[in-house]
Amino acid sequence: MKQSYTIVVFTENKIGLLNRISAQFTQRHINIESLTTSESEYPGIHRFTIVIEDTEEKTRKVVKQIEKQVEVLKAYCFTDAETIHSEIALYKIKREDDLDLEKLHKVVRDNNAFVKEMLNGFIIIEKTGTKEETHKLFDELYPFGLHGFVRSGRVSLSNQMSTFKSYLEALETHSKEIITDNF
Amino acid sequence: MDTLTKTVGENEEISKKNISGSEAIIRSLLAEDVGTVFGYPGGAIMPTYDALYHFQKELKHVMTRHEQGAIHAAQGMARVTGKPGVVFATSGPGATNLITGLADAKIDSTPLVCITGQVASPLLGTDAFQETDIMSISMPVTKWNIQVTKAEDIPGAIAKAFYIATSGRPGPVLIDITKDAQVASFDFTYKHCTGFRSYVPNPAIDYDEIEKAAALINQAKKPYILFGQGVILANAEDEFKEFVEKTGIPAAWTLLGLSALPTDHPLNVGMLGMHGNYGPNVLTNECDVLIAIGMRFDDRVTGDLNRYAKQAKVIHLEIDPAEIDKNVKSDIALLGHAKDLLQVLNTMCKENKHEAWRKKFDEYKAIEFEKVIEKELNPTKPGLTMGEVVRRVNDLTDSEAVIVTDVGQHQMVACRYATFKKSKSNVTSGGLGTMGFCLPAALGAKLGAPEREVIAIIGDGGFQMTIQELGTISQTEAAVKIIILNNQFLGMVRQWQQLFFDKRYSSTELTNPDFVAISKGFGVEASTVSDRSKLDEALKTMMDYEGSYLLEVMIEKEDNVFPMVPTGASVEDIRLE
Repeated sequence: MKQSYTIVVFTENKIGLLNRISAQFTQRHINIESLTTSESEYPGIHRFTIVIEDTEEKTRKVVKQIEKQVEVLKAYCFTDAETIHSEIALYKIKREDDLDLEKLHKVVRDNNAFVKEMLNGFIIIEKTGTKEETHKLFDELYPFGLHGFVRSGRVSLSNQMSTFKSYLEALETHSKEIITDNF
Repeated sequence: MDTLTKTVGENEEISKKNISGSEAIIRSLLAEDVGTVFGYPGGAIMPTYDALYHFQKELKHVMTRHEQGAIHAAQGMARVTGKPGVVFATSGPGATNLITGLADAKIDSTPLVCITGQVASPLLGTDAFQETDIMSISMPVTKWNIQVTKAEDIPGAIAKAFYIATSGRPGPVLIDITKDAQVASFDFTYKHCTGFRSYVPNPAIDYDEIEKAAALINQAKKPYILFGQGVILANAEDEFKEFVEKTGIPAAWTLLGLSALPTDHPLNVGMLGMHGNYGPNVLTNECDVLIAIGMRFDDRVTGDLNRYAKQAKVIHLEIDPAEIDKNVKSDIALLGHAKDLLQVLNTMCKENKHEAWRKKFDEYKAIEFEKVIEKELNPTKPGLTMGEVVRRVNDLTDSEAVIVTDVGQHQMVACRYATFKKSKSNVTSGGLGTMGFCLPAALGAKLGAPEREVIAIIGDGGFQMTIQELGTISQTEAAVKIIILNNQFLGMVRQWQQLFFDKRYSSTELTNPDFVAISKGFGVEASTVSDRSKLDEALKTMMDYEGSYLLEVMIEKEDNVFPMVPTGASVEDIRLE
């Protein structure tokens, strides 16, 4: 049965790794629903958060293939229930003369969103939450005249204690860093 | 002369002040004990070729006639020596011509270090002359690749490349070096790479799991070993033989596992897979414990996975964690280097004979002999068979030769009937099935093992895919013996068309050139034979000839290779005719 999986990958910060990781999905005809990458809390190590919809078996196999790549430190996969996840969405509303500001503010408040910027011609609203939550706000803001919408990829943390820190420490103790890895 | 002609020890450091990036490339290769590079010059790699000019004594360069020839030759050399093959190519088309060889080496776990020239770094991304994004193109077909834009990064990249190519599950790596990095000067220091944190080539051995595996093996009534190239890549032939002999378990090989155990070993029961032997396929579905060593359950080995060894407990010895449970679910997975795992396993396994079980293989062998083998080796019809040619070659070389094959019917026949005494004697394109692999790979094999007889067995189709490498064979004077098994068809495709497409021979018949004249034109002595009575003499003439020699053998046009497990069928449904 297909379901949503969040794949978390820790890698060295190297050119081309994004390509190498995404190629693992391409080869297996798996569509990436969202992908976010940025520097992690460990210096020099990047964290990828990738969301796919597939079967458990196919997901486990692709995770192994990702972890096999040189310069990938570790790859994990989680079901939605095993993670706390969020994404950020920005909404742009045009300030027309007939805009019911009071009603708009109520929608924003009810959705735990906030007004990020009041520009001359536009209002920018920001909402952090699950995809369902940002989508719900989208639906509710639509009647106000939505002129722009953007949603980020998912970021997530597992609801268990992270094992990556101890794994990394073990790696660093065991590996002999002979060459300076500066290219 | 400086001290660089010898390899540096693991912790030794060598240095030389103010040298060019190109010279650093050459010195780095020498530090890695590279003796031969295959390649083809061109604009973006010219500085490196210029540096090579000054090191002609220390580093031999073989200029092939096409970059694909260079990379297959490097593969051939790597397969017989166990050391990484090295390739130079220029940017753009030079680099893209390596792709087939990279893919072949990746899927067959062959260690290669390929160095490509690239346009100068300020030109990157400008669609400059002969610029191509070889990093992206080669990414899925390399174990690792890197682009170097600064001379000072060259030694580190090369050290890492050799380490990655040869450790763990070996594979090809590519280093793309911009022209300005080759030209710039810096103070060179070389140090071997012995590890870095994001790469764990050898998984830690789990002794408890080995113990469980040994217990399972010790109580098994009908255990069965499948072995692959992992045994050869780990240099574990001795440990493997000890394991087989101690446990008395029949062992069958994958296409690339061939020659890891002598063919005439009493426990070597034959070949697995689509055109493998009868017993080894059928009995996969009768064994109680299946022990897979250094093999990856390729679909050509397993046939229909839903009907593959379902009754058996599976023990999988494998260095690559991603192979565990990829195709066949294992009950016990033993991660690690085959040599290390087998050493431990040998101490825990009990001696056994399994005579009744082994007899079953003999029974199937007798059936296969009568229905298939006898007809192939001792045919009564006038046309020559591929099998009889292969067997005669074996007799003449006393099973000591390296046999290099291409892809197709001749490959299956050669692997089925060739006999081997030594490991690293069978060189073929397995996973990728690359037609055109054989001729350059045979050249590389001969240069890698000059003391051994190297025989290339090629079909008339595949031969024409890299025919230009006759020029390289001629120029290097490598004494490769080339046998073209000419049936004037793309034989394997024709066989499928006959069996599964109602004999619609769509684009498989070949009108061939005069191979003898072509070969002689390249300076390679040649002859042709079509008569059984003259085959022996023709083969002897070829073998006795001092240099390279091409023998075209005219084969029965529409012979088929049997047994056969049709696509989608189970191994137990193997057809004998």
